[in-house]
Amino acid sequence: MFDPAIILAGVLNGLLAGGVYVLVAVGLTLIYGVLHIINFAHGSLLMLAMYAVFFLWRLLGVDPYVALPVVIAGAFVFGYLLYRGVIGRLSHGRDENILLITLGLSIVIDNLALLFFGGDTQTIDVSYGPDLQLGVAFLPVPKVVSFAASLLICAALGLYMARSDTGKAIRAVARERQGARLAGIDVPNIFAISYGIGIACLGAAACLLMPTYYVTPVSGHAFVLVAFTIVVLGGMGSFLGAAVGGLLIGVVESLGGLFLGEQLGQIGISAIFILILLLKPTGLFGGAR
Amino acid sequence: MNRAAVLAMIALAAAIVLPLLVPGYLVNVGMLVFFLAFIGQSWNLSGGFAGQTSFGHVVFFGTGAYTSTILHVTYGWNPWLAWPVAMAAGGLVGWIIAFLSFRAGLRGSYFALITLAFAEVFRILANSVPFTKGGLGMLIKAEPGAANFQFRDPVWFYYVALALCVVSLLIAWRLTQSRFGARLVAIRENEDAARALGIDVFAEKVKVLVLSGAMAAAGGTFYAQKYLYVDPNIAFGVDKSVEMLLVAMVGGAGTIFGPLMGAATLTAINEGTRWLASVVPALKNVQPLSLIVYGAMLILIVGRLPDGLASLFARRRRHA
Amino acid sequence: MLEVEGLSKAFGGLRAVEKASLRVDAGEIVGLIGPNGAGKTTLFAAIAGFHRPDAGRIVLDGRDITGQAPHKICAAGMVRTFQITQPFGKISVRENIMVGAYFRTGQRREAARMAEDVAMRVGMQGQLDQNGNDLTVAGRKRLELARALATGPRLLLLDEVMAGLNPTEIVEIIGVLKAIRAAGVTILLIEHVMQAVTSLAERLYVLNQGRMIAEGTPAEIAENPQVVEAYLGPGAAKVLRA
Repeated sequence: MFDPAIILAGVLNGLLAGGVYVLVAVGLTLIYGVLHIINFAHGSLLMLAMYAVFFLWRLLGVDPYVALPVVIAGAFVFGYLLYRGVIGRLSHGRDENILLITLGLSIVIDNLALLFFGGDTQTIDVSYGPDLQLGVAFLPVPKVVSFAASLLICAALGLYMARSDTGKAIRAVARERQGARLAGIDVPNIFAISYGIGIACLGAAACLLMPTYYVTPVSGHAFVLVAFTIVVLGGMGSFLGAAVGGLLIGVVESLGGLFLGEQLGQIGISAIFILILLLKPTGLFGGAR
Repeated sequence: MNRAAVLAMIALAAAIVLPLLVPGYLVNVGMLVFFLAFIGQSWNLSGGFAGQTSFGHVVFFGTGAYTSTILHVTYGWNPWLAWPVAMAAGGLVGWIIAFLSFRAGLRGSYFALITLAFAEVFRILANSVPFTKGGLGMLIKAEPGAANFQFRDPVWFYYVALALCVVSLLIAWRLTQSRFGARLVAIRENEDAARALGIDVFAEKVKVLVLSGAMAAAGGTFYAQKYLYVDPNIAFGVDKSVEMLLVAMVGGAGTIFGPLMGAATLTAINEGTRWLASVVPALKNVQPLSLIVYGAMLILIVGRLPDGLASLFARRRRHA
Repeated sequence: MLEVEGLSKAFGGLRAVEKASLRVDAGEIVGLIGPNGAGKTTLFAAIAGFHRPDAGRIVLDGRDITGQAPHKICAAGMVRTFQITQPFGKISVRENIMVGAYFRTGQRREAARMAEDVAMRVGMQGQLDQNGNDLTVAGRKRLELARALATGPRLLLLDEVMAGLNPTEIVEIIGVLKAIRAAGVTILLIEHVMQAVTSLAERLYVLNQGRMIAEGTPAEIAENPQVVEAYLGPGAAKVLRA
């Protein structure tokens, strides 16, 4: 079990998984950075997106990777409307209110999924060919593809945020809400767009996860803790933090499962979450809270 | 105040004679309402009065359930004797979590999230550690009898639950009349101002979490003795946390009767959906349906009626 | 009674307070004035234990209280109010003041009686049943004062307790503060309302850009060219004299 080859394989696989986690975390940190809300529904929405990917495959035969543009667009619209229709309307500004509202949303979404999809685990069975071999480690093709795709999407998002007008507006609102309003930026719209982008990231992550993961209505719970741990570890609002955190957590999860088994291995993530909050709540790269 | 006391007495009397008048099924429903009101009140103390929203309150509940069950099943303790130990364990966990979290200065959402993480850690440990029998859970041998904290006639569970509920209401009432309670409310409303007025905010927060933890743990033992089975998901799963929070918030966080009102409402919804399932055959799996309503209620309450159902009755009367 | 020696506090690169010293003797009313952003509230916050000073000492009645927690400082007899009012919004004025009174007693009835007493002294007896959130600015300021007073302090740190009051209200508050002092409470107050400061304070300290630039009686301060320049800009003193 302490064979360096196995550990290396664990680390590599962890990095690959972590690459997709980065996408999940980026969405969460964007939502926090711009709207200052802690989106407790993040895990549930990812679960929903994964079901969407599953049904596209099951009912229409669409390969998850091919489904990327559709799911991303759909997720964006869903997120935008969800913010505009529910969250934005009921928030009244207070931090804890939003946490409770998004908690309520996650409960509703989780149980709607349970009601309509049943409790069974669903997976996508598509073969992408034999594992790639990197030295002594065997890396499943979809994991590698997902990792690369995640990188590309993050880069594209980064570019969009830096160059496009909307991206600049978003960064303006994140930095100085009132000032942005005075400069003529339609702040409520930017909020909705930012939330939409955050959910779109989940849509992308869903497409990238389904080839190698499974989904059940309770998946949301596990994902939300992973997402929050990454974002808190990296620092709320920091993209670099989300990236580093995502990779780190991917490795921790992989090695945790390796050394402690599937069940107990999950404890690593919760433990890190607790330790970070107690020792350095602003995270590795976080600024003011 | 006197009128309210009279009303309460009448309600209590009605609750006591209820089992003589209604079928056993409704007595069971009544038991659930009082039980839910009890553990909801435990959340209410720290979350409603003191304003420390916790998402992982089940951690105390499960601690109580497992402590008494392990003492009883593995070490042969009498459950009645194990009960106070379970409460102490819950209080201890409350102390640990409060001490660590508040020492680190965690507030608001961060505190809510860390309680969730603690509950998750306990759940994973309970699943993996031998003395909890892991995922198999622990079965309490059915030995009906008052001496074993098991009752041949389920009506006695109803009365125990009622007693617990009454005790919780008295505790909440005491809070509204005491310096401790006033300080908790001050902390909830404005920590800095509370500090400036001589309140040791850290100490008070820890105290309320110890009290709340002990209460929730008491509920855990009751639950274990009633259903004779504990497993990691029952003891530390998210569902109970949500129930405790919901019951208090829907009914009115920071009020005495809020949790009771919330418990009645949520139980009514539960029974309603169960009835719906019996009438509409297509709806097989009812459980999610009531949770969907719960979630929607939480959203609406927070967004539209933040002081809960109690505010509909309060009018001039304010929070404690 | 209170001695602050060389207190400094910086936030990142910003030196909010730089080597400030002041002294308040028992029974005095001392004023702390200065242009906006001079660091007065920061100084108060540091004295009252809300910020840990980077340098300097705070001595209350001969005891070093530097860096102690606010609730301990309240126990030592010094209480501050907040410039941006911090009412306990969802509870009544009476209950607000009771929180302060609970510092002196553990009994609810006693605390309620004390609260009504303080409310009367401060002129709030008509508002006891209003919610903290429903008060006007003037009401909130008065509530700040009442709450602090209810703890039975020996030294009150009042931060702009008159901001936003109309002239009638100011005259009222001046009377209230004089009565409070007569009852044996020492007062250190930050104020912008010059009329109030000059009619209340025996001595003034002037803070500008974190530094204490002058100390003296109101008359002396008014003549001080540095003070004039602090408020009106460099060179103003010369221009005014000409």
